[in-house]
Amino acid sequence: MNDSIVMAVLISAIFYGTPLLYAALGEVLAERSGVLNLGVEGMMLMGAVVGSVISSRLDAPGPIVLLVAFLAAMVAGALTALLHAFATITLRVNQTVSGLTLTILAGGAGLSSYLANVWQLKDPATHQFQRLNIGGLKDLPIVGPLLFDQTLLTYLSWVAVAVCSWYLFKTRTGLNLRSVGESPSTADAMGLNVVRTRYIHTMIGGAMAGIGGICFSLSIVPTWVDGMTAGRGWIALALVIFGFWRPLWVMVGAYLFGALSSLSLILQARGFAVPPELLDSLPYIMTVVVLVVVSAGWSSKTLSAPDALGTAFEREAR
Amino acid sequence: MDRRTFLLGSLSAAALATTGCVTNKAATTSTSTAAAPAAGASSAAAADSIKAAWVYVGPINDGGWTASHDAGRKYVAEKMGSKVITTYKENVPEGAQVAQVIEDLVKDGNKIIFATSFGFGDAMKASAKKHADVKFLHGTGAWHDPIPNFGTYYGATEEAKYLAGIAAAKASKSGNIGFVAPFLIPEVIRHINALAIGARAVNPAAKVKVVEIKSWFDPTKERQAADSLITQGCDVICNGGDSPAPGEAAKAKNLPWVGYDSDQSANFPDIWLTAPIYNWGPYYLKQVQSALDGTWKKEDYYGNLKDGFNALAPFGKIVTADTKALIEEKKAKIIDGSLDIFAGPLKDNKGAEKVASGATVSADDRQAMSWLVEGVS
Repeated sequence: MNDSIVMAVLISAIFYGTPLLYAALGEVLAERSGVLNLGVEGMMLMGAVVGSVISSRLDAPGPIVLLVAFLAAMVAGALTALLHAFATITLRVNQTVSGLTLTILAGGAGLSSYLANVWQLKDPATHQFQRLNIGGLKDLPIVGPLLFDQTLLTYLSWVAVAVCSWYLFKTRTGLNLRSVGESPSTADAMGLNVVRTRYIHTMIGGAMAGIGGICFSLSIVPTWVDGMTAGRGWIALALVIFGFWRPLWVMVGAYLFGALSSLSLILQARGFAVPPELLDSLPYIMTVVVLVVVSAGWSSKTLSAPDALGTAFEREAR
Repeated sequence: MDRRTFLLGSLSAAALATTGCVTNKAATTSTSTAAAPAAGASSAAAADSIKAAWVYVGPINDGGWTASHDAGRKYVAEKMGSKVITTYKENVPEGAQVAQVIEDLVKDGNKIIFATSFGFGDAMKASAKKHADVKFLHGTGAWHDPIPNFGTYYGATEEAKYLAGIAAAKASKSGNIGFVAPFLIPEVIRHINALAIGARAVNPAAKVKVVEIKSWFDPTKERQAADSLITQGCDVICNGGDSPAPGEAAKAKNLPWVGYDSDQSANFPDIWLTAPIYNWGPYYLKQVQSALDGTWKKEDYYGNLKDGFNALAPFGKIVTADTKALIEEKKAKIIDGSLDIFAGPLKDNKGAEKVASGATVSADDRQAMSWLVEGVS
């Protein structure tokens, strides 16, 4: 039962969907405040490289090292996002340009690889996030491998989805955040601090992308390789649109995209020739379809992007 | 210009500058001089010393392909001492920039240039036509190019793959061996076939399942491919690319692993079998020395186990003494010429006979191999 093709797809959907989920959740928060950050790939790599060096060089018991690596990856991602926040919120640079620059600056041919070179990262990370066989239940049919044989990162991502969902839709600050993203001038008139809200959420977004990064460097492929995220930051960006800027739907999308990325390989291993390019492009195709649906106005307005997404806020302008 | 417009403008400019810088970094990269030129001898006659340069596709600390080439460069520097000045350019992307990198190396006075990736071929040939006094050597390049100062080099890694196939089949309980392939190009197909022939020499029922990830670089995909092979019943995993990602998948299930092109035995002690590896140093030394002596001859060099160009990484502790002995015996037969790994009869994986009994696959046909042998799926 647990060896069937459906289970194989579901298991890899969760394992390979988790980094996408973190990065996309973070981007949801940033975009909900009106800041589009295309630097996800760069922020993930910064988190990945910092997490990797701490795992390998910090001399402490395993759980403490992993905790420090986790926090440091968040800080690395948040600081990278701070560059974008400063450029777009304070200096009001075009968000697309700044975000792209961030990915180039921090990404595969940039700062993250430079740091890895300086730190001489080449052996597997000493401490890694292992699968936890919770309560010895991993051999239960179906639910065992899905619910009780994940890494701590995956369990935390489920908590993160619940917290983000609750925060966005059930709290006063979440409402404030959404109003900043929809109409910053109204929010400003109501007495909300637009600049602070945007700074905070852009940086939280970066911190979560940093966690997405250590899903790669401390779990999926625990040996540092330059540019190891290989474009998954872009998938996370598509995922935000695909999930209509909603944490729960983003989770569904992350697992769907995770499943699709493994599906062609799983089918190949079973002797079905499916062009991997076709399945790899499906997330983007589905995102385009969602974009069309959203912008064609067939769906309710609440499903579309925050109104002020991508625009700078100037108090004196109208 | 008000303050904001100015700030915006200057930041955009800064952004563009940063972008430019970073793109450039990949192309220009670091340069190192391994041996200092003899004092006052910078304009010395060619007979005294030679400048040699290497163009790498990856970083020198990649623990695989590029690291092995750089070990070869260091070997040359060590053996020739003050008679050579070596330079390298790392992280050079396969694209338009490589032509500029090569031209710069020529301008710097390098008289022999090695490029270590298939995609560097066109730029190498273009420069070779322009600079007849410089030798251009293209690693993994296509044979029989007429340019007189241009040669290629690679090796019969299939021999080591055959031996690795024996190790894999002996370690497999189910007889199902998984292979993670980057692209099914002739070089990779040749390696898969050799591995399968080796595996089936010791277990005629062995099967090699191949998953092609269609990427030279995507460690996550490599791991996903290995995962999918494992869930499909493969109990030994073999690398076609050199990232340790498939090893991670194997390690998670405690299954034996055959790597490629670097010795990972220290990092994966419990699952390590072996890996086909390269020893570029002696080839590089011979080329640079003969260029210095003026005895350089154009060739398409194809190394093998016999001349030490190809080798197997040290066996892991899970390889049994019997298997080691068997592999050593086969290796000796390959080296003395009594074992031809592609000797017929060979069928393709659809059952059609490709090589008749008593025949073999010619050297040129090996370079263009496009069919998978029986047992590969």
